[in-house]
Amino acid sequence: MDAHNRWFILFTFVVALLLAVMPLPANWLWFRPAFCALLVIFWTTRMPQELGVGFAWIAGLAEDLVTGSTLGAHALALAVLAYFSLLTYRRTRAFNPGQQLMWVFVLVGINQLLGNWVHSLAGKTVPGLTFLWPALTTALLWPLVTPWLHRMATSLRIR
Amino acid sequence: MLGALATALILVNLYTDWLDPVRERLSSLAAPFYWITGTPSRVGDWAGEQLRTREELVEENSRLKHQVMLLEQQAQLLAAVRAENTQLKELMNSAESVDERVLVAQVIGVSPDPLEHVLIIDKGRSDGVRQGTAIMDASGLLGQVIEAGDFSSRVLLITDANHALPVQVLRNSVRAVAEGTGDLYRLKLRHLANTSDIREGDLLLSSGLGGRFPAGYPVGEVISVKRDPGRAFADVDVQPRGLMNRSRFVLAVLSETLTDGQN
Repeated sequence: MDAHNRWFILFTFVVALLLAVMPLPANWLWFRPAFCALLVIFWTTRMPQELGVGFAWIAGLAEDLVTGSTLGAHALALAVLAYFSLLTYRRTRAFNPGQQLMWVFVLVGINQLLGNWVHSLAGKTVPGLTFLWPALTTALLWPLVTPWLHRMATSLRIR
Repeated sequence: MLGALATALILVNLYTDWLDPVRERLSSLAAPFYWITGTPSRVGDWAGEQLRTREELVEENSRLKHQVMLLEQQAQLLAAVRAENTQLKELMNSAESVDERVLVAQVIGVSPDPLEHVLIIDKGRSDGVRQGTAIMDASGLLGQVIEAGDFSSRVLLITDANHALPVQVLRNSVRAVAEGTGDLYRLKLRHLANTSDIREGDLLLSSGLGGRFPAGYPVGEVISVKRDPGRAFADVDVQPRGLMNRSRFVLAVLSETLTDGQN
């Protein structure tokens, strides 16, 4: 059963990439949750032995290609995110939903910070702390999405 | 390790153009994502087209027929004017005929990054679109291609904060540089002297200087001129003519001589 059903992980990332480029009204663009970051936290917390930093790096590169951002921007951000998530996956699992939500906010915040750093290297300035909005929306999305992902992963026996 | 690799990648990508060919090749992989996420709006359009009453269609048909008649009449005038223009240019020995072919492209997506004004269109290298190809809609210039993939390309709009283009006032040919501001409805004219002759309502055309954009396409209209005697330059706001965020179909201007000069 082991190598089976890994396609589901790939599938979730394809969906996340679709959501990442879905057209939104201009004012909502700032609030678009970081779907790929959410998935990286989820999968590294669920399967820390199998999925590592390299996997997040490749997912990030795919996101860079699809969204057309600077190559390596999301790769760096997601790799660092995966590293922190792997360091703390035991705690993340033991947290109650409220604590998890806050922790996801912090992790995605780090992710956004790195993304913003690359943005500023490219000469694009973000007004104030608006770049942190996705961290908030992602954290709010976490308790809604993860139960469903857990159920799917369990029923598909992804290991 | 991977972090260092990613950082190196970022720096190479930002400060050199070594990776541009790679990106252009791989952008074909990205196009399906934009195509799929654009499906709902396309279905909406299609339904809107299909579910129209006969009266509406008849009315639209007659309106379009009138419009065609008017445009044809103008085109007849244009032919005469063009012939005269070529003749005059030949007399002045400055004949440089730019052969322009126009290609209709569909906008299949917009960049998810709120900081950049980028469209994704469904025409690429296989249709003759190259990096630098000018993109316009029926009412004015929209932008230029920054990445041409095989079957899709990314278009940087003239309103992007990183974009600037040389323009010329239609009334008196004053030259200026129109810079994007990051606002979809506003451009700014940079370094235009306080004393220069420009006023509200002036139409700006692309001047063709710099060799990137073809000359003579409408760019925008001056909406406000503020002259502060304490400052060296006037503060000129321009409203772009092209419908930056509403055009579904755009035109790619494939001017042969310009692209030959560049690539």
